[in-house]
Formats: sequence, structure tokens, C-alpha cells
Amino acid sequence: MRALYIHWPFCISKCPYCDFNSHVSATVDHDRWRSALLTELHYYAQQTQGQKLQSIFFGGGTPSLMKPETVQALIDEAHKLWPTALDLEITLEANPGTVDMERFQAFQQAGINRLSMGIQSLYDDQLQFLGRKHSAAEAFEAIGIARDIFPRYSFDLIYARPNQTLNAWEKELTQALTLAGDHLSLYQLTIEPGTSFYTRHNRGDFQIPQDDLAADLYTLTEDIMAAAGRPSYEVSNYAQPGQESRHNLMYWRYRDYIGIGPGAHGRLTLDGIKTATKGTRGPELWLQAVEAKGHGASEKTVINSNQQMQERLMMGLRLTEGISLNEVEGGISSEKLPFLAEEGFINVGGSNLKLTPAGRLCLNTVLVELLK
Amino acid sequence: MTDQKHIRNFSIIAHIDHGKSTLADRMIQLCGGLTEREMSEQVLDTMDIEQERGITIKAQTVRLLYKAKDGETYQLNLMDTPGHVDFAYEVSRSLAACEGSILVVDASQGVEAQTLANVYQAIENNHEIVPVLNKVDLPAAEPERVKEQIEDVIGLDASDAIPISAKTGVGIGDVLEAIVNRLPAPHGNKDEPLKALLVDSWYDPYLGVIILVRIKEGEMKPGMRVHMMSTGGTYDVEQVGCFTPKKHKLTSLSPGEIGYFTASIKAVADCNIGDTITEEKRRTQEAFPGFKPSVPVVFCGLFPADAAEFEDLRESLSKLRLNDASFQFEAETSAALGFGFRCGFLGLLHLEIIQERLEREFGLDLVTTAPSVVYKVHMNNGEIKQLHNPADMPDVVKIAKMEEPWIEATIMVPDQYLGPVLSLCTERRGVQKNLTYVGNRAMVVYRLPLNEVVFDFYDRLKSISRGYASFDYHMDDYEDGDLVKLNILVNAEPVDALAIIVHRAHAESRGRQLCARLKTLIPQQLFKIAIQAAIGGKVIARETVSAMRKDVTAKCYGGDISRKLKLLDKQKAGKKRLRQFGNVEIPQSAFLAALKMSDD
Repeated sequence: MRALYIHWPFCISKCPYCDFNSHVSATVDHDRWRSALLTELHYYAQQTQGQKLQSIFFGGGTPSLMKPETVQALIDEAHKLWPTALDLEITLEANPGTVDMERFQAFQQAGINRLSMGIQSLYDDQLQFLGRKHSAAEAFEAIGIARDIFPRYSFDLIYARPNQTLNAWEKELTQALTLAGDHLSLYQLTIEPGTSFYTRHNRGDFQIPQDDLAADLYTLTEDIMAAAGRPSYEVSNYAQPGQESRHNLMYWRYRDYIGIGPGAHGRLTLDGIKTATKGTRGPELWLQAVEAKGHGASEKTVINSNQQMQERLMMGLRLTEGISLNEVEGGISSEKLPFLAEEGFINVGGSNLKLTPAGRLCLNTVLVELLK
Repeated sequence: MTDQKHIRNFSIIAHIDHGKSTLADRMIQLCGGLTEREMSEQVLDTMDIEQERGITIKAQTVRLLYKAKDGETYQLNLMDTPGHVDFAYEVSRSLAACEGSILVVDASQGVEAQTLANVYQAIENNHEIVPVLNKVDLPAAEPERVKEQIEDVIGLDASDAIPISAKTGVGIGDVLEAIVNRLPAPHGNKDEPLKALLVDSWYDPYLGVIILVRIKEGEMKPGMRVHMMSTGGTYDVEQVGCFTPKKHKLTSLSPGEIGYFTASIKAVADCNIGDTITEEKRRTQEAFPGFKPSVPVVFCGLFPADAAEFEDLRESLSKLRLNDASFQFEAETSAALGFGFRCGFLGLLHLEIIQERLEREFGLDLVTTAPSVVYKVHMNNGEIKQLHNPADMPDVVKIAKMEEPWIEATIMVPDQYLGPVLSLCTERRGVQKNLTYVGNRAMVVYRLPLNEVVFDFYDRLKSISRGYASFDYHMDDYEDGDLVKLNILVNAEPVDALAIIVHRAHAESRGRQLCARLKTLIPQQLFKIAIQAAIGGKVIARETVSAMRKDVTAKCYGGDISRKLKLLDKQKAGKKRLRQFGNVEIPQSAFLAALKMSDD
């Protein structure tokens, strides 16, 4: 089983918290981009024959700015290039802007069966703070349309915002649950280097909840979501059991995935060797590379068994289900396990290692302890 | 060779920033010692640290040729002395090499404590003293008030004080004339056996040790075999000369002259400041009085932040000692900090200078433990132990009594800050000996236990007086003290490098402060951390660092793996800067910072 990720790098504007590979461009030559993405799809297909595709994910940037024909062409081509699972999950990330909404129907017809929307907040002032271009009314409308059109949909919210109290978040999340389907992604706001929030936060323009409040907000979220029948299955992802994002599970379970497009990453087993691939980040450079040599990969590195264990551990411990100790044996400081268990951060049952809720909240520190 | 009546040997006494170095530079310039191009600001302070801190660490000398108004040319030997309390003995030896002093006082600031101590030393050395009022060009200058102060506080006649501005050059000629006319010429008989005072020495990679001397009697020439009276060492003189300030070879050094010699001496440690040098085969009868071997009074542990740098640290300490025999070091091991060195210094500033040079010139990353003084521990069996590391304190049941060193401190402070200064001294177990006023400045003399001063006395004094208080001290004597060892425990593990020795009456408050301070220095970890202060088995203070509750990356998908893993590696590397105690990790910076306590 493997997953396919396709990156669309363009946005109508850059959000101040976002450190993803996204770019604002006045004009995009859709024909050129379609053909380049198809070319790279072929390039990777040649190297990864045989295994079934489990999922396709259009991420970005803002892939709902793609022409539905492009999406359709890529999906059709993928079906030709790989055997696909019967229940192939095809997700598209979308913004609730007007232009995007008009295309929802066409995306569904192109083969998208799961929509993931960047709602972020249900309040206009908060959307403005987060630099979003849509209004709360548009968000409600988009969710309504998505619910009617797509078999599955999810949306993202950003919480632990400046001055957000436990009560305020409880209210917002409770309202969100009345709109939500069987899946939600709930992220605490983090300040990433290279973003405009980073500069403003360092300058002291605003503060975000820290330590105890951040932890309490997280615990509150876990409780509300569990009570609503959509418990956490990953640090920031909540779903009705069975309705998890199959594509994202592939990342966290450290399965193979192909990354197409500028700055896209892949983890592929090529001739039995786990390999990391990475696309050229700059959209124009990537485009030129694909047109010149048939692919835009800038890096292709072998991941040795120790690195594999580290990556597997870092990703797998994000999941509520945890990981199999057999797969990381030798890569972790196992002498730390009894201490971490005793302190209530991990649970070891047979060969399964998983974090407790308290452990998950301190995942980075626990990883630093565990990683050799 | 210059006739003795045309020689003048003098030093400049001034408080930091009162313009000593600038005045020296102007005099060198006026006498043509250096061309305009060679004049870098403040020629005499050659080390970076000296220039930055505005203090002189090594004695330096410059020979100037000055054509006076009487038409004669004079040889002026300017002796620049170390300018800090820690080097009081070195200063006294430099002064002993001269017949007179220029007392420089900032006309806008007035007399400071340190100036006072040095002037008294000059008076003890029978110096003729010429008061000079610097910075008279400043609008804030009050020359008349400062003159009065010099007369009241020091008891010197200031009616002839020379107004100058070292910065603009006004009055420099008058100072040179006063040196010629008011300071006495040296005396000494050329035919007597050689008798020279060792003023300072430093290491030169090509010539070996260079020794600065003042010839009192007799002559020193290359080829002569000389004898050092305190160490008994004998050496063949290879080169003699003077500094102009460039090194300048001469055929001989005569009575009254200040100059240098080399004799293939390998270590500065063989050259004791204040020693008497004479000719091996024709010795002088009597050595100079007042010779004291230098004794470190403040000790601390220096550990490499990276254990792999232990040998580099040893090598660097050895190199520094080549040039500064007044600090000592010996290997030490700490359960907390691993392998390092216990080092002894003349004082706190000396400690800071060495530490800074190790970090700056040798690129070492150091962990410094709290400074400690030398206690005399009287054991029940009559033995007396010198204790300079709290970790080594013997079992209390075997101790009959302990003695601690006291100092006599002179503090000068503007009236409005006197209250807080007195409270600080009292709080530090000080005993007031004197309190006098000069205008709106108070001068207080206190006896203080040195161990109360080594922690953060300077910092506190500076902050409560907004930098206006000046401070000087000299070692007094040892006195019985009711002292206890205060242990710090982190999750019940004692941390040897954090142990201190304190007076029993202060143990509890110090323990509370230490715990509170450590609480801010120890980062949150996965579990809560108990910090305790204890005397023997009795816990006297406690703080808790609460457990970390949240440290997780919100978003991590397929494209983030490499980057997030790199961040984790960074976090892991940061852990190396922490020292492990049981499960608890303490940042290296905590070891010294914990003791820089503020009382508010």
C-alpha cells in the first residue's frame, strides 16, 4: 500500500502563521502546471510499480484553486499508472472562499471523495487576526455545501489563540461540532520561524497561551471530542473510529508515500531501500526542472535503519494507537522506558508502545528522552 | 647614561576613568616617545581586557626624555601601576620603585575610595605627591570643591594642584615641569653591590621572562650573574634596556633607573614581585623590606562545559600562569561537574579576568562554581586544615572550631546612598569602624568577613548606589566564625558544586534565596523537581519546579519529518548543556548564577 501526495503551491494570499511551501502568484499557467504534474507522476510511477494506491491527497498551498480539469486529469492518470484500492480515498484541501466553493461540485465529479477545509475559526475578528480571506458566514456556507456534495468532509480549526479562554474555546468548539462531519483537525496556534507571526510575536505584539493554559485547552479539547464520539487518533486529529484520514495515517504509520510537485516530500521503498525524495521548492524552478528532465526532485537520499527508526518513532508516537516496539528496537534508549512508564507518560503493553494523554502533551520531550 | 639629578621616577595614581591612561598617552606624545601613527589610544594597556575595562593588570613602564624649561633634558620614568584592589601588593611594589606620584582626580567626580588607598600607599613609600585636577574643561567640573576634598580627606596640600584636561592636552606641560621641579631625584651609589627591586615580570615567547626592575644601588649589565634573594635563583643577565614605550636595549642600568632585563628565565613563577636582585658574587647585605609572597584569597572551581576540553583547559591555565604567577590551580573532581580545576586568585576581579581570558583568548566554554574563601579548620586532634572548597569540609563532629578571613573595607559614597550601603554592610555581618563626611560624600570603614563579600557584594553595592559607591579593601586577619556547610539537594541528590559555607545566622535566609533562585534556573522537566537546602540532615528551605505539561508539535505530516527531526536533534544537543543529577538536569549557568542573589 502506498499514498500519493500532490502539492499545489499557490495561494491567493499568505497566512501569517503558515510556514508551508506556499506562494502568491498573479498568474498561473494552468496548462503548463497540469502537464508538469502529469510528467512527474509518470516519473515516479516508473519507479514504484506493483503496489496499490491507498490514497491521493491534494495539498498546498491552496489546491482548491486548481482547475477541476487538472484534478481530474491527475486522478485519471493515477488510476492508469497504479492499481488502486477499491476504497481509494481522494482528499482535496479547500478554502471557504467564493471562487473555491463554486468548484466543489466539479471537484466531486473529478473524483474527490473527501474535502478538508481550512475554516480556522468561526468568528470574523479571529479570522481577520489569522489573516484569512473568508468570513465566518462564508465558512458556514462552505461547510453546508461540502456536506451536501462530498461523502466525507473535515475542517481545521486553530485554537490557543491570543487571549482565548477555556470557556471561549469550549463555546466555539461546541458550535463547530454542530457543523462537523465525522472528522476534525484541531491545531494549537504555534509560532513558526519565517512567518510574519514570528516577527510580530517576538516584537511582543501578542502572546499565545503557554504551559498550563495551553495544556488545559488541549485536555479540554480531548474531553469534548471524546464525548462527541470523535476521540483523538493523533495529536491534533479527531475522528469517529473508522473515519480517520487514511492518507495521513500512512504518514504516521510510516508507510510509503509518493510526493509530487514543488517542495513535496516522499518516502519510498526503492529496490528494498527506504529513500527520501524532495522536490525543488521554488515553483518556477520546479516547473523548469520537470520540463527539462522529466522530474523536479532535488534530493534523493537513502534513510539508514537508525534514521528510519527515529522517523517511525517520531511519527508513530503521535498516534493514539502507538507503535510496535519491534520496529524501533535498537533505535531507542530502552532503559528510559521503565522511568517514563512509571511517571505516567507511556504505556507498554506487550510489544505495543503508546503515549498516555499526558505523554502526548509532552511528546517532544519524551522523544528527546527516547531517541538515541 | 643620565646623571641621577636628571632622573625622575613617578607613578600616576587615579581612580578608574579619572584619566590616568589618557594623561600618560599625552605625556608620551609630548616627549616624542611615539609618532602620531604609533599612538593607539591608551598605549599602556596592552591586553584587550585592560583596554575594555579601563584597568591595568600588569605594571608597565615608559622612559621619556623631556627637555625642561631650564634647558636640561630629563629622563622621566613613568610607572603605570595595576589599578585594582585585588592587586594592592603589586601596587605597593610599583610605588616603592618611585620617588613621587602624580595624583589624578577627576574635577567633576572627586576622590574615590580606591584612589585614597593608593595615595596612602604612596605616602607610606615617602612619595612626593603632585595633585592634578583632570577634566577641568567639563561643565560639571568643580576644581575648588575637589581641592578642598583632597585637603580634607587625604590631608594633602592642594593649593598647587595643576588644572589639566588630558583629553584636550591643556596643562600637560605644567605636569611635566612639576615632575622635574617638585619630585626628588633618586639617590644611589653606582659602586655599591647591585641592589634592584623586582617590580613585575611577564613572559615573552622569544626572550623568556622579562623582568621589570628599579636599580637602587650598583649597576646591572649583560653578562652579570644575578641572585634573587627570596627564591635563591641565580641567572645570567642577557639583555638590559628600557621601554620608550618600545623595547630599547641599553648597555647598563644605573642607580635610580627603571628598566628591564632578561636572563633566559622560563617561568614568571620564579620571579616574585618585591624580591631583591643582587649580584651573585658581590651581594648586598640586606633585602628590601616588605616582601610578601602572593597568596590567593579567593577560590573557585573551573570546569570545562564540554568534558572533552579538560586537557585544553589545563594547557590554557598553564599558559596563563606563565604570565601571572599569582593564581594557582590544581585538578579537582566534582560529582556534579566532572573533571576540572580548583583555582586560587588574589580577589574577585582577578578571578573574573582569568575566567574571561580563558573564554576569550583560548575559546573555552567554562562552568564556574561559587567563589569561596580560605577557612582555617581546627580539628579536634589539633590539626589545622586550610579549607578552600566547601565540598571538602570535614565531618562537623571532628571540628573543634573554624576561622574565617576578614577584610577592612573603605567605601566612599554620596550621602543619599549611605543608608542602603550601611544596611548592606550590616546585613553582611560588617562591623563599622569609622564614618566621616567630606562635603556630601561619606567615607565608611567597615570590617567584613570576606566570604560575605565574594558572593555579590560588588554587584549589590553598585546597584544600591547607582554605581556611585567606590570600594577598596585589604585583608585583615582571621577570626573564629560560627560557620556551617549548606548543602543543596535536587530531588534528594546533593549537588556538591552548589554547596557553600555560610554563617549559621544567615544559613536559613541564604538557603531560601538559593532555592528560589535555582527554581528560576532549572528548566521544567517531565516530573516535578524538589530543590532543598539542608544543614547536615536538616532541611531548612524548599522549592518545587512544577512538571512540564506541554511540549508537542501541533502539526506534523509527511513533508515535515526531516525538519521536525532536526529540531528534536537540536533539543537533544541542548540537553548536553545540562548536567545530570539522578534524573534531574541542571543548566551549567546555574552554578554561578545561583549565587548572584539579589536581596530584593
